[in-house]
Amino acid sequence: MKPGFHDLVLDAQSCFRAAMEAMARPGRVQEIPPTEGLPNGLEPAAAALLLTLVDADTPLWTDAGEEARGWIAFHCGAPLVRPGEAGFALVTGALPPLSRFRDGSDEAPQDGATVIVQVQDLVPGEGWRLSGPGIETKHRLRVNGLPEGFVASWEARRGTFPRGMDLFLCSGTRLAAMPRTVRIEESV
Amino acid sequence: MATRPEWISVLARASAEEMESLAGTFPPYRRLRGPETGLTMLRGRAGGDGAAFNLGEATATRCTVALADGTLGHGWRLGRDRRAAEIAAVLDALLQGAEGEAWQARVVAPLAEAQRAAREQQSRRAAATAVRFSTLGTMR
Amino acid sequence: MYVAVKGGDAAIEAAHRWLAHERRGDPALPEITALQLREQMTLAVDRVMAEGSCLDRDLAALALKQSRGDAVEAAFLLRAYRNTLPRFMAAEPLDTGAMQARRRISATYKDLPGGQVLGPTFDYTHRLLDFTLAAEGAAPSVPEEDAEGTGPMPRVTGFLTGEGLMRAEAPDDGEAPPDLTREPPSFPASRPLRLQALARGDEGFLLGLGYSTQRGYGNAHPFVAELRVGEVEVLVEPPELGFAISIGEITVTECQMATQFAGSREEPPQFTRGYGLVPGQNERKAMAMALVDRALMARELGEEATAPAQDEEFVLLHSDNVEATGFIEHLKLPHHVDFQSELEKLRSIRRRWEAERVAARKEAAE
Repeated sequence: MKPGFHDLVLDAQSCFRAAMEAMARPGRVQEIPPTEGLPNGLEPAAAALLLTLVDADTPLWTDAGEEARGWIAFHCGAPLVRPGEAGFALVTGALPPLSRFRDGSDEAPQDGATVIVQVQDLVPGEGWRLSGPGIETKHRLRVNGLPEGFVASWEARRGTFPRGMDLFLCSGTRLAAMPRTVRIEESV
Repeated sequence: MATRPEWISVLARASAEEMESLAGTFPPYRRLRGPETGLTMLRGRAGGDGAAFNLGEATATRCTVALADGTLGHGWRLGRDRRAAEIAAVLDALLQGAEGEAWQARVVAPLAEAQRAAREQQSRRAAATAVRFSTLGTMR
Repeated sequence: MYVAVKGGDAAIEAAHRWLAHERRGDPALPEITALQLREQMTLAVDRVMAEGSCLDRDLAALALKQSRGDAVEAAFLLRAYRNTLPRFMAAEPLDTGAMQARRRISATYKDLPGGQVLGPTFDYTHRLLDFTLAAEGAAPSVPEEDAEGTGPMPRVTGFLTGEGLMRAEAPDDGEAPPDLTREPPSFPASRPLRLQALARGDEGFLLGLGYSTQRGYGNAHPFVAELRVGEVEVLVEPPELGFAISIGEITVTECQMATQFAGSREEPPQFTRGYGLVPGQNERKAMAMALVDRALMARELGEEATAPAQDEEFVLLHSDNVEATGFIEHLKLPHHVDFQSELEKLRSIRRRWEAERVAARKEAAE
């Protein structure tokens, strides 16, 4: 079994700060300190988010392999469930259709899933044009590694606000957030 | 010889000082998780034997360590004593190893005996307060 | 309506320093330690632990010291602390049948297997102030039975269920019980939800409600089938181990209260049981809880429910002293704007009232 945070309190606090910054400023890339000795298939930013946000009260779905699942169960204690029952999801391979995840209800929009996706790369300053709360005018971010048609399905689901789901996009030690309020325009 | 659940239970009830004074020094190990304190929701049953309900949360502390040979040890206990949870985890790992029987004799057996004696004493005190009615036999 | 106000920082700081000074009392006397409270104010500590719903006697003792002995304030402190801790898991339901009882009595059977064991009780004391306690004394010795300790103590309710004269509990369906700390209560409430609320409810509130059921508000004629106090094992099954382990013991008080039930079309006349289970040693609360639990079964049993103790919304929404104190005490907060608007409304109504009176008098005079 591989270890989790070196310092449970301080590491979780600094990761929480990064996650909050990321959610408050959608599309802006945050950096997490590097970690060594993670299970196969798990990268530092996604792993740190799991250690910070996921616990026994947050059912999780993941496509990650055996070693990563054991590590998550041990360090986070989250019950592993089907996508439709998950409060959190960790996607290490291809992102499944968004409709498979919970989007809460009008009474309890907070029940929408938070999906952590490991992508190939996050490149600020080019690609998507993002707008919405937390973005003064426009912010640009290129995300490599999301499936074809992602933007169209994201935009289609945005109409159901306040229901919805929130995304963390992670690559290595970097992460950016896409809260449900964010509007994506593909660059031409 | 105690089984693993038995020794874990004995170590969960022993203080850090008791365990340390019996165990002496430990071989090197590394911490994998904790020691960390959290909560365990305790449950009762309606009527004592019916549907489960949540009674309230108790503090609990757990620790997982690995010896140099990779053996994992887990320490779990009620309360917030992190040092005791860590020592129990190290002992749990050692007790699974080749020297397990020696560790049992040195640490687990005396602790188990002291705990048994304490339970026995309480039971005897309770027996001294048992009412002896002077009349009449049963009412059933 | 709340309005943020600024200022008063220095006053608040001074007030808290005075509070700390008052807490300490006469500095010529030694300061009391949380450990002393834990060992010598055991029942107060147990009450705080149960109502703070955080089972940790050291923390409860510290909270009691910090709150200057105010049990409700101490429970509040414990709840706040508890909220900072992650929940690892739920333990297996406690097996109170396997309790190592220090006390076990029944008011329904004189002789019973395992016997009537008084344990450390206030019962049969004369309630005369003991002035020898005003002086420091040596630790009292405790008599012990030489030959052997207590034997097994089967549940008293088992004798009656065996005969079919006690209503059996609904079996466990294996589902995780509802949890008040995660979901707000919804009504009608299930029995597990009611029991959770009662277990952490205010002792005084439950005591008054329990008493009311015996004074005609709920028509109960209860018998203490069994009351036991003692230690039960806490078992958890951590996934990394894959088997259940015992991680220690806690003291609980359990009460089974038998009450007659007239029967219905489906069910024969029989005894039903109200159930009380309280962390720590607190038989007054366990008994009151059992009475209220039974009163709250009125709906399920098809009984007429007219008394306050039978109204689950009334009972469940007002039994938590941290919640109740929060609401009552919030009235101390500045309501300046609220009050100004009431005052203005009152002045205008008053002017109209006076004008109408003057007009009426004039009319009468004409």
